[in-house]
Amino acid sequence: MALVNQETPVEQAGTRQRVVTKPVGLSVPSLILLVLSFISMMVSLYMIFIYAPTDAVEGNPQRIFYFHMPSAVIGMCAFGIIALGGIMYLWKKDERWDWLARAAAEVGVVFLTFTLITGSIWGKTIWGTWWSWDARLTTTLILWFIYIGYIMLRGYMGHTFASARAGAVLAIIGVIDVPIVYESVNWWRTLHPQAVLPLGGSPQMPPQMLLTLAVSSAAFILLFSFLIVQVYHLQKMQTLAQRLRASLE
Amino acid sequence: MGLFAIIVLVIFNFAFDLRVDTMAAVAPGALWVAFVFASILGLGRTIAAEREKGSLDRLLLCPVDRKAIYLAKLLGNILFIGVVELVALPIFMILFNLPLQAGPLLLIVALGTLGIAAVGTLFSAMAAATQARELLLPILIFPLIVPVVIGSVRATSDLIAPVANDPPWLGLIAAFDVIFLSVSMLTFEFVVEE
Amino acid sequence: MTASAGDPYLNMTGLKKSFGLKPVLRGIDLTLARGARLALLGANGAGKTTLLRILAALTQPTAGSATIEGLDVARDAQEVRRLVGFVGHQPYLYDELTALENLLFFGKMYGVKGARERALLLLQRVGLEKRARERVGTFSRGMVQRLALARALLHSPRLLLLDEPDTGLDTEGVQLLTLLLDEHRAAGGTTLLTTHQPERARALCDHIVTLSGGRVVNREAITDEHISDTNHSHPVEGYPLRTA
Repeated sequence: MALVNQETPVEQAGTRQRVVTKPVGLSVPSLILLVLSFISMMVSLYMIFIYAPTDAVEGNPQRIFYFHMPSAVIGMCAFGIIALGGIMYLWKKDERWDWLARAAAEVGVVFLTFTLITGSIWGKTIWGTWWSWDARLTTTLILWFIYIGYIMLRGYMGHTFASARAGAVLAIIGVIDVPIVYESVNWWRTLHPQAVLPLGGSPQMPPQMLLTLAVSSAAFILLFSFLIVQVYHLQKMQTLAQRLRASLE
Repeated sequence: MGLFAIIVLVIFNFAFDLRVDTMAAVAPGALWVAFVFASILGLGRTIAAEREKGSLDRLLLCPVDRKAIYLAKLLGNILFIGVVELVALPIFMILFNLPLQAGPLLLIVALGTLGIAAVGTLFSAMAAATQARELLLPILIFPLIVPVVIGSVRATSDLIAPVANDPPWLGLIAAFDVIFLSVSMLTFEFVVEE
Repeated sequence: MTASAGDPYLNMTGLKKSFGLKPVLRGIDLTLARGARLALLGANGAGKTTLLRILAALTQPTAGSATIEGLDVARDAQEVRRLVGFVGHQPYLYDELTALENLLFFGKMYGVKGARERALLLLQRVGLEKRARERVGTFSRGMVQRLALARALLHSPRLLLLDEPDTGLDTEGVQLLTLLLDEHRAAGGTTLLTTHQPERARALCDHIVTLSGGRVVNREAITDEHISDTNHSHPVEGYPLRTA
């Protein structure tokens, strides 16, 4: 949360002035996002468990799909945001793009972890195995490792320009690599056809399922947006605070 | 390092309780695991050398294109890893009792190693600036070289027991090499400038 | 973009550098005319080495700008590297190669024509011609420093940046250094060096700037009257050293 102590004593020419700005709390856009994501989450939970019809083939476990799919798509798109932030940072040298990239990494990895966990649970209920080496799951796992690598690298290199540049390069390489990984695993799998999770759902999904999916996706997107805005501000505050501290020394 | 690769191969033999009938299936995997780990070790060593401050600086001082520095480092890494592989290959063929045509095998090894080294050279420059560089390098590299590993293992396996309608693994590795050699070359300067 | 006649040779405006959170240079404004010899004084950590590295285009400034002959060290880095000769804390030489091989290698890197003759000439100049074919790893600190000087002069740089160049040099070595600097100036070159010792600064240079905490705290021009005035330093305005 972007909670900041807004009272700062400032010494100016011998006088002590208290600078009081806005009261503590979230900014208006953040508040809107929070409320919207809360509401949409509640609605989608209702829809997922009560409104959506039970799948004929899989039964109730199929409902995991409404959690799994949006978070998978978001997890992958978040990586695209990291790469975009990286490219823009290298081009424009504006550190705000780097804040965006770091925020996308920290939030995206959570969504991707959630994807892996829900995918695993779903697989267990359907096929009895916790894991399957099909192209989608494997690529998701590889992407997850790249996320972890990114976060570790940024963590070890700290808040420096070198860190931002290294992160950008890693993200660029990663975003080019992941499609290649997917294809190569796909090719590999043609030799060993095994159980594939029916991730897409059957070709004709009844409209109630589609609607549930849509609402659930919207809820996840709102949640993601809210979180990424918060972490972005966190990055911004951290950088500015460190700079302030350094200039006082 | 050549010894390390051989040891890995030997361990594979015990780990998978290889008999004659299973050898052909496991051999390519064993070979490439050994090569990948040997590559990481080799890249790690050049990192350690770079860390003595000034090592890269003496090159960065010169009005030389950073792409050229990358290619030079890449060449050094390839030569180093290549020597290890050349030592390990005959041992591999003996231990796993596989008569393989040298030509195609060397091509696979060359292309695969190029892919690993292309990415590895870039990331070893990146990780060199951190504390946990020996830990970070494999974590960064392994996910990214998955296509190369898959391709190389399958291509090697094809040499032993050809499969009909197999995807063009060598083409995949070659494409990977071209793409990541270019991208690494272009992005190297961002990683290395202070 | 080259400088016009009225511009200073070396111009630093608001130069700042931070490593992560740690600010090292907090705003340097300095100019230097062609042919000048400037000494940077200051305690360890004052920012002398960082300043030199920025001018050698080894590091980019965090804010502000520095231009040499009108070339910006950030934008025109490669051109700047071509005209700068740098001697740093590390010798920047290859221990495994011989003295001659080192000079030939860097000669190639700098695109020096007639590298072999130039290398042999410089080895003679720094008194290492007898050790030309010995590995640098076997050299003493003083010999390594001389070779580093030779390497810096290899491509006839117009600006010499020397970070504590007297390190490891005996009296003979220091005399050699003085001679080389004189020759450099006679050829129209400019010099910027750092040192711990004010006496050496006064002996070698005609301007002294003191850095502290990443800022310029004192400037001094050495003329004949001031040489004996070792305790008295004051800010001086005027040609050729002036505030930006």
